[in-house]
Amino acid sequence: MSLTVDRIDIQPTHNYGGFRLRPGRPFPFGATLVPGGVNFSVFSSHAVSCTLVLFDKHAPQPMAEIPFPDEFRIGNVFTMVVFDLDYENIEYGFRMDGPFDPRVGHRFDKTKVLLDPYAKSIGGRDVWGQAPNWDDVYWHRARLVPDDFDWEGDRPLEIPIQDAVIYEMHVRGFTQHPSSGVKYRGTYAGVAAKIPYLKSLGVNVVELMPIFEFDEFENSRIHPDTGEQLLNYWGYSTVGFFAPKAAYAASGKFGMQVDELKTLVKSLHANGIEVILDVVFNHTAEGNEMGPTISFRGIDNRTYYMLTPDGYYFNFSGTGNTLNCNNPIVRNMVLDCLRYWAAEYHIDGFRFDLAAILGRDPWGAPLANPPLLETLAFDPILAKCKLIAEAWDAGGLYQVGSFPAYGRWAEWNGKFRDGIRRFLKGDSGMVGDVSQRIQGSPDLYSGGNRDATASINFITAHDGFTLADMVSYNDKHNEANGEGNRDGSNDNDSWNCGWEGPTDDPEINALRKRQMKNALAMLLVSQGIPMIVMGDEVARTQHGNNNAYCHDTDLSWFDWSLVDQNPDLLGFVSRCIAFRKAHPALRNTTHFRNTDYVGSGYPDISWHGVQAWNADWSAESRFIAFLLCGKHARGGTTPDNYIYVALNMHWDAQTVEIPRLPEGMAWHVFANTGAASPEDAWEPGQEPRLEDQRHIFVGPRSVVIFVGR
Amino acid sequence: MAFTVNGSVANGVATITLSGELDAAGAPAFREQVEKVSSESPKRLVLMVQDLEYIASAGLRVLIFSKQKMGAAVDIYVVGAQEQVQDTLEKTGFSKSVISVERYDVASA
Repeated sequence: MSLTVDRIDIQPTHNYGGFRLRPGRPFPFGATLVPGGVNFSVFSSHAVSCTLVLFDKHAPQPMAEIPFPDEFRIGNVFTMVVFDLDYENIEYGFRMDGPFDPRVGHRFDKTKVLLDPYAKSIGGRDVWGQAPNWDDVYWHRARLVPDDFDWEGDRPLEIPIQDAVIYEMHVRGFTQHPSSGVKYRGTYAGVAAKIPYLKSLGVNVVELMPIFEFDEFENSRIHPDTGEQLLNYWGYSTVGFFAPKAAYAASGKFGMQVDELKTLVKSLHANGIEVILDVVFNHTAEGNEMGPTISFRGIDNRTYYMLTPDGYYFNFSGTGNTLNCNNPIVRNMVLDCLRYWAAEYHIDGFRFDLAAILGRDPWGAPLANPPLLETLAFDPILAKCKLIAEAWDAGGLYQVGSFPAYGRWAEWNGKFRDGIRRFLKGDSGMVGDVSQRIQGSPDLYSGGNRDATASINFITAHDGFTLADMVSYNDKHNEANGEGNRDGSNDNDSWNCGWEGPTDDPEINALRKRQMKNALAMLLVSQGIPMIVMGDEVARTQHGNNNAYCHDTDLSWFDWSLVDQNPDLLGFVSRCIAFRKAHPALRNTTHFRNTDYVGSGYPDISWHGVQAWNADWSAESRFIAFLLCGKHARGGTTPDNYIYVALNMHWDAQTVEIPRLPEGMAWHVFANTGAASPEDAWEPGQEPRLEDQRHIFVGPRSVVIFVGR
Repeated sequence: MAFTVNGSVANGVATITLSGELDAAGAPAFREQVEKVSSESPKRLVLMVQDLEYIASAGLRVLIFSKQKMGAAVDIYVVGAQEQVQDTLEKTGFSKSVISVERYDVASA
């Protein structure tokens, strides 16, 4: 005889059309499996009623519609438990009834079946590029997810941010190219198959471009040459904030995208690699007045979107609408979403697209103390997550150096990109700026009491030229995007090295390769956190297209044959990463003090010119060198070797005097981009001793890196 | 094809034979078998799946359940998986948690 009594809170209390119901719990929002049934909970500040719409999986028409009984409603939350649902085989949506009065912001339409904003899994677009049935009554279909993945003891890695080397990648683009050789191309499983490559490169964080469910068909443009419809390949347009992109899963057509993504995270973690998600909270896929009604517009338009006084959509994102992130309800949704990804998917951090928008008030004005950013910074579940802002938006707010940080936020340092690029191509007047960038941009961050780790350093990102294109094109070539080359940035600070585009000229090609090495060397010896974009380590090209968001072709995929074509560049990058990992002096958390505070006889950082201890800061100077004193590494707590780096961006070679080391130490050559591979970089610890310890010859447009021990 | 499941334990080896399509409807029966054989504390679980045509998420969850129920020391063998079933195990990463073999000789146990 059992001594336990069945819980009374799992018994039905109501019936509707053969379905057994009871009042639900308002928390958590969304659909949650509970004993014997499913708890549905959805809120709307302005709807008068709500109906749960149930479909058999893939069925064109609903199999049932169950109005939420008014006596189940708590505040503005519609909630109920429906018992005995075959949760593996159903899809659900909502109909919301309420006023349609766009002038005051209401766009209710009970003829539409709406996606749950908290849907954990979304069907309907399970296979990438497979055209949907546009007449379907329900495009993006919410499904139920059991939270019982077997993590086998995994947990987010919590790699200190100063030790991170970030690799930005597109899940599909990473392995979709036929040359990838993986079994499941273009998928989460495909990324997992390439983990050995990532490990050998040495990166320890992958930053995935958007993987929240989006609609790749959200693009009306046509390729001007082929006539094919262009896609939204990048995915910066969210359909569902809680659901992984199903078409990125090889198992998506079986509805197993959640398992497949979690397996990828678990496998990356097992190999010492963290996962950061690029998250897009600034707008949704619903566009403006002309866009489709998928979810938010029909559930609570006036709450979710920033609206003009006439009820039109503000467009700070450049994509039609702007999510109303500092509305308390939307703010909570963003928090719920990030907590869900951190807790359920073991995600290690987030990079926020156009994050400056998150600091605007509901009328668009920048807030001094934005509640959303503060909430995220102090949240206990997100406490160990890396938070990275793209500190600008399409509405003209540029906050690099001034983004509200609360001691937690790092940011994409656009000024690092711009300064290093201009120095690299030989612009005058750049040595002062570059000296700041190399130090982790104290000019931008120390005033706000932010450390060097606030600066995510990058020279290239998904948005803009690839590294190879940056040294091969003066101008963007975006004709294939179908906008007459008007889209994409015109401020690229790029230099083609003497010829626009591909060339057989061996001198130009050698210079381009050297410039790529120069760029990557500068990135990897700078204080702050380096970020490399997928494929730059093997000279991936987009043929001069600096805005390839719409191309699901080999223009934007990683061509793995480049790994065999450019082993020298790949070897150089992986050695520079290994060198960075070997030297804590390159990974300081605090800014330099420009003094000797440990009594070593050397300042923590010192600047040098062609004469030691005599840097040339004049406008026409294109040479600068710096010496890091190993005894000051990590504030003097972690003894390291001495490191000397000379950056000659002049077109002429220079004979350079190098500073003396303490008695008993000698300079060894780690890298010289002017030398031919494989002598352009050495394995850390195996660097050859420099013959002449007083003078060196630094080639034209070259970087040399020495280690003193 | 309808889902069927049978189980037995002999010499410390639990054998469960699955056939047909293992979806949410069939998963409870599979789970029941797992619970039944695990009560005899086997040292190994052998899943004969030569005639299993399809495995859905619900079926995979029973696999996880088996592992958790029997403990990490109990090896799980998946024998003779058809391509689609093996594919599903690989894509979702479950293939790393089990030992996939084409044939299993009971005498070698």
